[in-house]
Amino acid sequence: MSEATLDQVTDHHDDHHDHGPAKGLSRWLFTTNHKDIGTLYLWFSFLMLMVGGLLALIIRTELFQPGLQFINPEFFNQMTTNHGLIMVFGAIMPAFVGLANWLLPMQVGAPDMALPRMNNLSFWILPFAFGMMIATLFMEGGGPNFGWTFYAPLSTTYAPDSVTYFIFAVHMMGASSIMGSINIIATILNMRAPGMTLMKMPMFVWTWLITAYLLLAVMPVLAGAVTMMLFDIHFDTSFFNAAGGGDPVLFQHIFWFFGHPEVYIMILPAFGVISHVIPAFARKQLFGYDSMVYAVASIAFLSFIVWAHHMFTVGMPLAGQLFFMYSTMLIAVPTGVKVFNWISTMWRGSMTFETPMLFAIAFVVLFTIGGFSGLMLAITPADYQYHDTYFVVAHFHYVLVPGALFSIYAAVYFWFPKWTGRMYNESLGKLHFWLSFIGVNITFFPQHFSGLAGMPRRIPDYALQFADFNMLSSIGAFIFGFAQVFFLYVLIHGIRAGKKAEARAWDGAHGLEWTLPSPAPYHSFTHPPVVTEEEAHT
Amino acid sequence: MKNLARRIGSVAALLLCAAPAFADELNMPRGVTDISREIYDLHMLIFIICCVIGAVVFSVMFVSIIKHRRAAGHEPADFHENTQLEIIWTIVPIIILVAMAVPATQVLIAMYDTGGEDMTVEVRGYQWKWQYKYLDDDYNRTFSFFSNMSTTQDEINDKAEKGENYLLEVDNPLRIPANRKVRFLVTAEDVIHAWWIPDFGIKRDAVPGMLNELWTIVPEPGIYRGQCAELCGKDHGFMPVVVEVMEEDAFDAWYAEEVEREAIRVENLSKTFTGEELMAEGESVYNTFCASCHQANGRGVPPVFPSLVGTPVATGPRDEHIRMVLDGVPGTSMQAFGKQLDAAQVAAVVHYERHSWGNNAGDTTQPRDVIAIQDQAAGN
Repeated sequence: MSEATLDQVTDHHDDHHDHGPAKGLSRWLFTTNHKDIGTLYLWFSFLMLMVGGLLALIIRTELFQPGLQFINPEFFNQMTTNHGLIMVFGAIMPAFVGLANWLLPMQVGAPDMALPRMNNLSFWILPFAFGMMIATLFMEGGGPNFGWTFYAPLSTTYAPDSVTYFIFAVHMMGASSIMGSINIIATILNMRAPGMTLMKMPMFVWTWLITAYLLLAVMPVLAGAVTMMLFDIHFDTSFFNAAGGGDPVLFQHIFWFFGHPEVYIMILPAFGVISHVIPAFARKQLFGYDSMVYAVASIAFLSFIVWAHHMFTVGMPLAGQLFFMYSTMLIAVPTGVKVFNWISTMWRGSMTFETPMLFAIAFVVLFTIGGFSGLMLAITPADYQYHDTYFVVAHFHYVLVPGALFSIYAAVYFWFPKWTGRMYNESLGKLHFWLSFIGVNITFFPQHFSGLAGMPRRIPDYALQFADFNMLSSIGAFIFGFAQVFFLYVLIHGIRAGKKAEARAWDGAHGLEWTLPSPAPYHSFTHPPVVTEEEAHT
Repeated sequence: MKNLARRIGSVAALLLCAAPAFADELNMPRGVTDISREIYDLHMLIFIICCVIGAVVFSVMFVSIIKHRRAAGHEPADFHENTQLEIIWTIVPIIILVAMAVPATQVLIAMYDTGGEDMTVEVRGYQWKWQYKYLDDDYNRTFSFFSNMSTTQDEINDKAEKGENYLLEVDNPLRIPANRKVRFLVTAEDVIHAWWIPDFGIKRDAVPGMLNELWTIVPEPGIYRGQCAELCGKDHGFMPVVVEVMEEDAFDAWYAEEVEREAIRVENLSKTFTGEELMAEGESVYNTFCASCHQANGRGVPPVFPSLVGTPVATGPRDEHIRMVLDGVPGTSMQAFGKQLDAAQVAAVVHYERHSWGNNAGDTTQPRDVIAIQDQAAGN
């Protein structure tokens, strides 16, 4: 292309420089704008949080006391399965993709995502995927009832007819995630402002870059697993059918080869968020930036070689058990480095405790508790007693709720002024935090005890000695559920009545996004910004 | 309601303090075998290490939160790395992990010490019951039975007071002798289950097409309870594991009795019974396996559980009737009883159903009739 035509193109673009969003519904249907798509992702994930939460409350209502009072065991299994699937694929993952959409272009100094049309497609697949999956609950024979891990042959030979819809929905979610991660990788690698070298990228950008590679690596594996299921169900193959020479354990290996990196897909971006929030409110640069990056990379690498720790009771040779025990224990090292770095960032800072900081501190404490129980679960002999009990339920809820979800809340409160141009109400935000914090601990802490005492997971009714802790857990769940509805009020109140926010809404916040006005303009950086030492390394 | 109030009261007490009275609800059982105690010690060791690390790390954080506040007038320092410190907090956790891995490896190796067993039991998971098969080199000393949950539907549906061992009780527990090394071969017939007894410290998935090996030596006689630990469908929550550990002499006597009973059972398969004998045995089988759905009067609870009175199944061709009992009706509650009942029992119950409550098919059903149909199905 000659220089003249290039200029013409640029001029032509400049004519339309200030075009804003389209009007009405078409703005949301056809948008290719990273902020609009980010908003769609975030509201969609909030809706899914409400749906998944409703299912959780149905579960907790049935488990309030021993005996069957409200729902039958068959429906109970549909509730646990869909609760898990909706929360993992519908609430947590899209929320992080929403954050990525909003923040990555602003943080790397780009006007938008690299592949805007694909961005639109990757979002709009999701409502259809989840619409189809939730619709199975109303089909004859009921929805998926085999747990979110859908172990064969319960999910193949013994599955309800609706499993085919479930398989198609998982394929669509996978396609959405793969497109989303390609877009994120392309944006980060190609659209950084001049001067922003890899080791000057903000931590959120780093964690998402690594997460996107994890997604690219494992989503096709999940697609392979569900495709084999589809063949077993409809075309009489026997991938997972022992009677035909197949192997049900093969399914578990494939599933967890996807599933364990998936766990980190849901927590690495959280590490990124926390690495922004703590320095901002400690008014001190992030401690050990380089080691943070290396720690995330090591965790991502380890995530590929630990999968069978989900399968210790399946029956494996001793050497296999030992390998997966040791590799799993190793994860504690980089995770520990991250926690130590966050605390060192706080050390001798000048801390204030606005809502994002409260969520971040709760994240550090409660995620670490989840990490400890994870370490206990890694010890193979002890895992024989913990496996498939409520101890495991407590463990992964501690890393996913006060872990991943709290980090999302920290992010929403932290960047809310940048997104909306207004401040949320601090007292309301703090109330949301305390209700959530108390609710989450009352819900999940007792589950450690019922698990240790021997209560299996995924049961609709339980022996009498587990009654007290289950009742406590149910009470906590309703407190927590209420707090999340209250969060909606805090958001709407902030959007409508919040005070005007400044460009740098928090005095300790650094990073290119804070150099933009609040709310940020429709196209983030139309001219590449200069990356100063101060704005790098947030 | 009184129960509910009492429970809310005790939950309130729990909220105030985790009283030692609740200790057995709070922690992993120590169990009764050497392995389960080693696991318990390992669990406590790691738990305490985690608590100590947590206490140190969180205290540093809380000191910082209290001292390094802007409200307390603290100015931010300007440091963001310290290579020495970072090396220390990478190395120290590795040392701690190695210290954990050593005992964990030892216990795991001990658990894998199969072989040298005194007896072997095959444990087979079904939706939703367990089958125990005592294997012996002498085939005449091999026998098996099913173990179903014995908690009643009324207890589950809050229509009757819940018993002490609610959901953790079965009709036929697995019986093993104390102080002998028992090897278990764990597998499943349909979906994946998991066989678990917390007090023995053993849990293993029962996977169709796979035999998993486990062993235990239980020093103390007693009754030990566990549950299926792998989601296996609708009644996953209702397939308990109960093991009765007997004194060695008592076990041997029981075993001899079972072998004798098995001999009679095998003999029955080739016998020709009179109508009265079939009716008597049939009634007992019917009441155990059929009456909960089809009711003692044979009228069922239509439309879910069809009546057997005057219906085509019970009065039409006999072989169809036998097939239905053997294979069940897919997609309905009528399960396949072919694995649970032997040919003599099926013959008796079919005969009973065809000659009760006014049904009078006028034929007899002998074990050999059932065996003929089983052979046909197997393609012989």
